[in-house]
Amino acid sequence: MVTAEHVWAAFEDIPDPEIPVVSLVDLGVIRSVDVSDGRVHVEFTPTFLGCPALEVMKRALEDKVAELGAEAEVEVVNDDSWSTDKITAAGREKLRVAGFAPPGPRLVQLRSQVHRCPYCGSTQTKLENLFGPTPCRSLRYCTSCRQPFEQFKTI
Amino acid sequence: MSELLLGFADDELIIGWRDSEWTGIAPMLEEDVAFSSIAQNEIGHARAVYQLLSDDADALAFDRPPADYRCAPLVELPLLDWAHTIARRWLYEVADEIRITALMEELPLAAKINREEAYHRMHAEMWHERLRDEPRFRAAVEELWPYTLGVLLPEQREELAARVGLDEVSAVERGMHTDELEPLLEEMTMVRRSAPVGAQW
Repeated sequence: MVTAEHVWAAFEDIPDPEIPVVSLVDLGVIRSVDVSDGRVHVEFTPTFLGCPALEVMKRALEDKVAELGAEAEVEVVNDDSWSTDKITAAGREKLRVAGFAPPGPRLVQLRSQVHRCPYCGSTQTKLENLFGPTPCRSLRYCTSCRQPFEQFKTI
Repeated sequence: MSELLLGFADDELIIGWRDSEWTGIAPMLEEDVAFSSIAQNEIGHARAVYQLLSDDADALAFDRPPADYRCAPLVELPLLDWAHTIARRWLYEVADEIRITALMEELPLAAKINREEAYHRMHAEMWHERLRDEPRFRAAVEELWPYTLGVLLPEQREELAARVGLDEVSAVERGMHTDELEPLLEEMTMVRRSAPVGAQW
């Protein structure tokens, strides 16, 4: 019999389609998992609304539940419950190690505008472009270690 | 309310389409990336609002006759020069912020959209700072000003005028369309119209 704990554990294996170093659980996009009578109801909140990976993520959740032998009902919730503050501490560290500067806590980041280089830790970095290869990323350059890097936008 | 939301979604879809026209040909690579990314966000916002209004967002986005679109004429204009393009981006974002802030009181989705729009505003403001004293940019802002007023409800226009720093004039109102909308829709819906029945994406 599938339990919510099984489902959460299985979801930890689903990589983000565009930044595969983090899982969907790390990203914080799974808001709830409820199991009753073998049916699994999942509430999923998109990151960026224009993200083309949303459909892929939704299908991956459904497939993963099917692997556990249950039927999934994935509800996409377009409210305001996701922000980059929902990314877990483990997720932030995985991003940093992969060379993506993780988003800072929203209130601190938007006020202080300090962005730390994921490679050398310096805060001597400058904005190259607000926009990057996907909606969630900006491009920055570290003037200390002279390394360009991608910054996960704080939203 | 749904009429207001349909106008909002149509604005976001059509300006997203116009912004995407810079993909590959913007004057610098950074702007190529920026306009492509902004376009993707705006079209994503349109999709989310269409999903609130209908079970078939694609049908709502693509299958209406031109006269049934509720977009403001501002977003329809094809702008092939940079001064006008940046003037529209800046004016649209100033107006859009006023509109989204008002919608946020009733619509959680608007608050989510607002998080992403913050980056569009930073981009628009950066360009506005850079170009504000350039005569070509000033002329473009003044030319597009009556169109910008038409994005908002009459009671929101006083605030818009204060933020932009121009006097209220007679607006080019939502509900009428420029001659540009029909060819735009013709191009935008081409793939959908030519897809074989039952095609999967």
